[in-house]
Order: sequence, then C-alpha cells, then structure tokens
Amino acid sequence: MPTSEPSPKRVRVVLAEVVHKSHPVPQARRELAEQTHVGDALVRGLVRAQLALALRLAAVVAIGLGGLPLFFTLAPNVTSARPFGIALPWVLLGVAAYPFLFAAGWVYVRLAERNERDFAAVVERQEP
Amino acid sequence: MSGLAVPAIVAVTIATFAIGAYGLKLARTTSDFLVAARAVSPTWNAAAISGEYLSAASFLGVAGLILKDGADGLWYPVGFAAGYLALLLFVAAPLRRSGAFTLPDFCEARLRSRGLRRLATVFVVLIGWLYMLPQLQGAGLTLRTVAGGPYQLGAVLVGVVVTANVALGGMRSITFVQAFQYWLKLTALLVPVLFLLMAWQDDGRPPIASPAGQTFVQATTVTFDDPVQVSTTRPEDVQITLGAIDGQHGLVRLEPGDHHVARSSAVVFPAGAEVPELAPVPTGQGLDWLLPLHRGDRGLFATYSLILATFLGTMGLPHVLVRFYTNPDGVAARRTTLVVLGLVGLFYLLPAFYGALARVYAPQLTMTGHTDATVLVLPDAALGSTAGRWLGALVAAGAFAAFLSTTSGLLTSVAGVLSTDVIGRDGHSTVRGFRVAAIVAGAVPLLLSLHISGLDVSEVVGLAFAVAASSFCPLLVLGIWWRGLTDAGAAAGVIVGGGAGIVAVLVTVLGAPLTGWTEILINQPAAWTVPLAFLVMVVVSKATPSRVPIGVGATMLRLHAPDSLRL
Repeated sequence: MPTSEPSPKRVRVVLAEVVHKSHPVPQARRELAEQTHVGDALVRGLVRAQLALALRLAAVVAIGLGGLPLFFTLAPNVTSARPFGIALPWVLLGVAAYPFLFAAGWVYVRLAERNERDFAAVVERQEP
Repeated sequence: MSGLAVPAIVAVTIATFAIGAYGLKLARTTSDFLVAARAVSPTWNAAAISGEYLSAASFLGVAGLILKDGADGLWYPVGFAAGYLALLLFVAAPLRRSGAFTLPDFCEARLRSRGLRRLATVFVVLIGWLYMLPQLQGAGLTLRTVAGGPYQLGAVLVGVVVTANVALGGMRSITFVQAFQYWLKLTALLVPVLFLLMAWQDDGRPPIASPAGQTFVQATTVTFDDPVQVSTTRPEDVQITLGAIDGQHGLVRLEPGDHHVARSSAVVFPAGAEVPELAPVPTGQGLDWLLPLHRGDRGLFATYSLILATFLGTMGLPHVLVRFYTNPDGVAARRTTLVVLGLVGLFYLLPAFYGALARVYAPQLTMTGHTDATVLVLPDAALGSTAGRWLGALVAAGAFAAFLSTTSGLLTSVAGVLSTDVIGRDGHSTVRGFRVAAIVAGAVPLLLSLHISGLDVSEVVGLAFAVAASSFCPLLVLGIWWRGLTDAGAAAGVIVGGGAGIVAVLVTVLGAPLTGWTEILINQPAAWTVPLAFLVMVVVSKATPSRVPIGVGATMLRLHAPDSLRL
C-alpha cells in the first residue's frame, strides 16, 4: 500500500529524534543551569581564576607604577638621572606609563578570554 | 586675544548641535533615545567613551597642574588613564553581562534592594554634579581668556547648549558627537604641540628649568586679578601700568624680597627679568620643578591618595558606566575598554608638553594663579603672529569640545537616573520624563558654577574621583567578585566611605582654612576613605549573612559565564 510507505514527513521526525539523542545537553551545562553543587563549583572556579588573573595584573601595575613615588623618595640620585636629556620621572610618568598600562590591559584581555574558552570547553564537552 | 577663537568655538558648538540633530532623526523609539539601541560599533564606541571622558580637567587642567606642580602633576594624567585599566580588570565584562544600564540598576540586579538603589541614585547625581561643575567653570574661563567675555557667559553657553541637545537628542546622537569630539580634542592638542616644539627649537631651546629660576623670554605684561604676595631674589625694574606693588605705581625697582601686588594690577616685566615666585608657597623654582615629591612626606601621602582616587574612581563615574551598555556583550566590553585605554593614553602624552613649555613662554601663569589657562595662552605667547592666533583658536575649539562632550555624557546619565528613579514610577521612564530630568540635571550645576570660580579645574575633578572611588568602586568590585556582599553592607560602606568623601569635598570647596596634615587628609581624602569604605562593606556584610540575596549563585553565573555559552 502506498500509504504504508515511509513518508518524507515521518523520516524528518525520526531524524530529529536521532539528532537529539546523539547531541544531548552536556551534563555540565545542565548542572550550571540547574544550580547543582557541581555547577556551583564550576562557576566558583571560573570566578576564582578570573579574579586571580585580575589581581595578578593589578599587582604588576601596583608595583610598576605605584612603586614609583616610593622609589623617587628612596633613590633621589637615580631620580635626578637624565636619560635622553630628560629627567627620569618625566620619561617614566610622562611617556613610559601609557604603553605599560596598555600592555597590561592587552595581556589581561588575552588571558581572560582564554579562561573563558577553557570554561566553555569544559561546559560544552560531550559525555563519552 | 584674537578674532579667530570665537568663530572656532561657535563652529564646534554648531557642529555638536548639527550632529545631535542628525542623530535625532535616527532616534525613533524610547530605547534609541536612551541607550543608542546598543547598535554602536566597538571602534565608534571606544572613541565615544574617550571623547566623553577627556574633560576640562584633561584638556586644560592637567597642563596647568604640570606647570604648577612639575613632575607631581604628571600623576593626574597617568591616574586618569590607569582608571581604565582598573575598570578593565575588575568591572568591564561582568558589568556588561549584568545588563545594568546605570549604577542603581546594578545595585538592584545584584543585591535586590530598592533602598540601596535609591542611595546609589543620590550618589550618581552628586558625583555627576560635582564633575559637571568644573566643565562649566572651564567654559567660563576659556571664553574669558580667548575673547575677554564675562566668566558667566561661557558657563551659560555650554550649560544651555548641552541641556538642549541632551533633552532633544538623547544617546543616539551623543555617540556620534562624542566620537567626533575625541578626534577633535586630540588634533587640537597635537597640532599646536608640533608648532610649539619647532618654535622652542628655533629659539635655541631655552631651559625649561634652570638653577637660577625662570626668566621672561620677552617683555611681558602680567595681569593680576587677585591680590598676591610674590617674592624675588634679584633687583628688577618693572613698569606698573595699573594697580600697585607695595603701594607704588609707574616705573619701580623691585628689590629682592617679598612684595604685595594689589588687586587688578598690570605689570610689565622686561625681557630677561626673573619670574617672581608666589609667596609663601614656593611653586618649585629652579631644578626642583623637574623632580617629584619636593614637598616631603605629605607630598608622598598626597601622591598615593591621588593615585588611589584616580585609579579606582574612573569605574564609579556615572557617565563612564552608562556607555558600557552600548557594547553587545562582555567580550566586546573588554575589547572596547582596551581601545579606550590606548586612545586616552595617546591623548595624555600631550599635556606635559604644554606644562613644560609654559615654563618658558608663559611663566607668569604660576604667579597669577591662572594655570588652568596654560593650554589656551601658550600658542599665542610662544608663536605670536598669525600661526599663534590660528592655533590658539584650534585649542579653544578643542577645549569647548571637551566641555560639551563631558557635560553631555554626565547630563545624560544624571538625567537617566533622575527620570527612572525620581520622576518615573517603578523604574520606568518616558521620553518626556527624561527631558524634564535633563533640564533639572543641567540647571543645578549651572547655577552652582555661576557662584564658584576660584577652584582649579583638575582639583575639583580629583575630588569627584575621590568620592566615586570611595563609594561605587567598593560596591562594584565586591559586588562582582564576592558572594558575601549584602545590601546592608553595601549601603553602610557607601554611606561611610562616600559620605566621608563628600564631607572632605565640601570642606575643600568652601575653602575652610586648614594646615599641615589636616589639609592633606581633607584635600586628598582617597587614601583613607577608600580603605574605610571597603572595610565597612566587608565587616557589615559579614555581620548580616542572612541578607545575602537568594540566587546569588545564578547572579554570579550571569556575571562571569562566557557570552558564547548563552546560558
């Protein structure tokens, strides 16, 4: 009978189910959405990693730039040096500070995005 | 000063209005009107953020402070730029993901507290007004310097143009206006610097600092508005054409020592004459000017306080945060911030040249106290003739771009919170409510600016940074990174830290006579108010653990999960 032949429509429904079965929502993703202990631990790990990264770069800047006033006070001889004929504090604060800040920002953006990619990879990983 | 500056200022003002009007045609819905519908590309957005950020303090104030304080003044631009790094490290991406448009929105999204929202609204409005004040002062000063008009005229002009533009156009137009104004400001400082350096080279590179102190390179008429005490170290013949020194008029020989200059005096110093110092506070004569911290321990404390205020204050400025909403997601917010860091860093290379060259060509500014006018006066003083006048007009136009753009950004955010949290009902705002709020938000600082004109532009801005750093910085940083923050802790920290900051500002602005350590602690309060705010927030939150909002885990997930997951 022609009607007992599998119709295109029926094929599509079956295929859709197959697709669904072969690509389940990853376990970790469900844990996140449902706020289970595992999901919570995953988020805590990400927040900790991002905070540690931000604090490390903040420390680099705090020492590199924030240390300068103290350095100027403790080492007046070095401070009055004149590289390129310009007083050292002017070279450091007037020029070098800006590329330094930009470099710190650039490193942060790269590493923060890498942390996020790692997190996404864990979450999206298919269960075996 | 010249007939060119006024047309240049008028042209910038008209261009601002015209670009605003173009945006008005594009803004059709309420959401277009308030938040640019988030349809702004990152490059435009970064230029717009930078354009909005580079205010009167950056354009005029920084060069003036460098002229006055020497190497210590360099910390202002470094801090103004570094603020974006702190914003990038701790706030940018999570704040964007929170979906908050303003700081009060963030308070409600993170801590679910209407009371805290209202408190944040109060601080947004106060910080906004405090920051708008020096913009209007700068406008008054600029118009008076370049055109001799009354101080009030410039303030009223900027106040009215910006209020009208914001009330009519909203954010859509502002994005284009701000981006245009970043490039205008950069050009307006960069082009004159090149000419100034060539002129300095031609003049045989007169020393910027010499052991004997500065001398006038040409005969200079110095106009004193206020009575001052000056001190000289060698005898000098000067011509007093107006007012008096030590009660004398006409041709006078100034002997070494202190001299009293009467109100509204004009004195002609011959070429080669020593530039007198302002007494009793030495402005850093001779080689000291080149070196930081020639004021000892108190100077060290003040420097660290300034570093804290500027590094941490940027993230708490209302007009900065609003712009993050126009990024499509957290990753874009981060990248935009990095571009902003580059753009403002590029700009901040320039003011130091003005501060240094003014030591040679306009040293009288340290005596008259008009150091905020450094950038405006220098091209004409150094180059004279036609080139000086054209460049002077360019700089005046750039200065007006600074006042217009920063005031627009501040007014939009202050009007935004006023219209949603004060005029509107239940956090809803209408276009009409926004317009009413814009007029109120613009009128208050305008009225204040007409009565206060004696403070340094950068110092008032520095105080606004200190208040922001000791109220919103701990709120944002702890809110984003620490689950234990409670609404009670946040409110207590904002009230204690921000409140202390505001008291310090009021004491400074009202000009209470202070000396020694009290003066430093009040004039540069951030070194104690910021740690205090953090401490109070943590301690009170620890004491009220039951008030940690339910669902803080879900909030943290939303703030920190990568955008690509679309959770």
